Amino acid sequence: MSRGCPVSPPRCGVLWRFLVALGLAAAAIAACAEGTPTARHRSGYDAMGRETRAMQDDDAANPGMLWVLDGEALWNSKTGAAGRACFDCHGDARSSMQGVAARYPAFDAARARPVNLEQRINLCRSERQKAPPLAYESKDLLALTAYVGRQSRGLPISIEIDARTRPFLEAGRETFHRRQGQLNLSCAQCHDSYSGKRLAGNVIPQGHPNGYPLYRLEWQGVGSLERRLRNCLAGTRAQTYAYGAPELVDLELYLMWRARGLKMETPAVRP
Amino acid sequence: MARAIITVPASVRRGEIIEIKALVAHDMETGFRRTEQGALIPRDIITQFVCTYNGAEVFRAELHPAISANPYFAFAMRAVESGAVVCKWTGDNGYSHSESVAITVA
Repeated sequence: MSRGCPVSPPRCGVLWRFLVALGLAAAAIAACAEGTPTARHRSGYDAMGRETRAMQDDDAANPGMLWVLDGEALWNSKTGAAGRACFDCHGDARSSMQGVAARYPAFDAARARPVNLEQRINLCRSERQKAPPLAYESKDLLALTAYVGRQSRGLPISIEIDARTRPFLEAGRETFHRRQGQLNLSCAQCHDSYSGKRLAGNVIPQGHPNGYPLYRLEWQGVGSLERRLRNCLAGTRAQTYAYGAPELVDLELYLMWRARGLKMETPAVRP
Repeated sequence: MARAIITVPASVRRGEIIEIKALVAHDMETGFRRTEQGALIPRDIITQFVCTYNGAEVFRAELHPAISANPYFAFAMRAVESGAVVCKWTGDNGYSHSESVAITVA
């Protein structure tokens, strides 16, 4: 402990401790300004019990894989007035979709705003396949997003922010830090300040979206990030945004950016 | 429709004890849940899971409403010869699904 200290601790005791405290405070303030620092990212996986983690790790036991297989079948089936399958334009998803989910939501020039993966798939369906869009949280849309997301498993989340996406990131950041609802809570209060501590016996996670769409034991099925966000908003007794609302997509963008560097786990399993 | 995923080891030696894993897609509606309006959602579950290995039964299970959705079973058996493991799930409302996976024994 005293190695490297210019003055030995017993003599400079008070000064040494003051300087260390100042340094830690500065680091803590810097950390709070950007939420969880990348070095201290913890996936929700780390808070799970041994059995639940085993469920996620084994493709033979992970129920999310049932949705992934459905997604693979949908990827290869022709649909819509254009009679096209995803495969016809994108080829083998195992190569063409690698890394895609890890960088969504992404900016869509035609809409001049970021879109999430569900919206991107529906845009492809309506514009390229001439097929009706899939309903949010429908089995087919969850299957396709799970299949595409699976191709990014193990890859780090890589959201790039530029001049076009910055305003939406800021909007998402503002939503994350804004108190909402009857309970007047912000996302940041639980997931930045109190992550690692407990709420009703459960460990509060940092709230990273690195496993979505995921199989939630509580849902007994696969669900999207937006479903989870709406649940949280309802839990704080706030008005939930509609699926696909810009507020939710901006928040998704912020959450993915906040989690940058964390490895994708889709399809994850969570309690 | 991905109804089930059966996993067997890739390479098997004669006489080796191997693990078979079977995951099936099913909502397993317990019959105890209610809609938001208060109406009872009727029971709809898998009631039986039977596996045969080259015609001989190697695993059997009775399922009841306490089993969660998308039931998963893993069991051990001795691999004696190449052939097929056939898993069959039956349940309420005439539900029946069967899936076969090949086993190659060296």
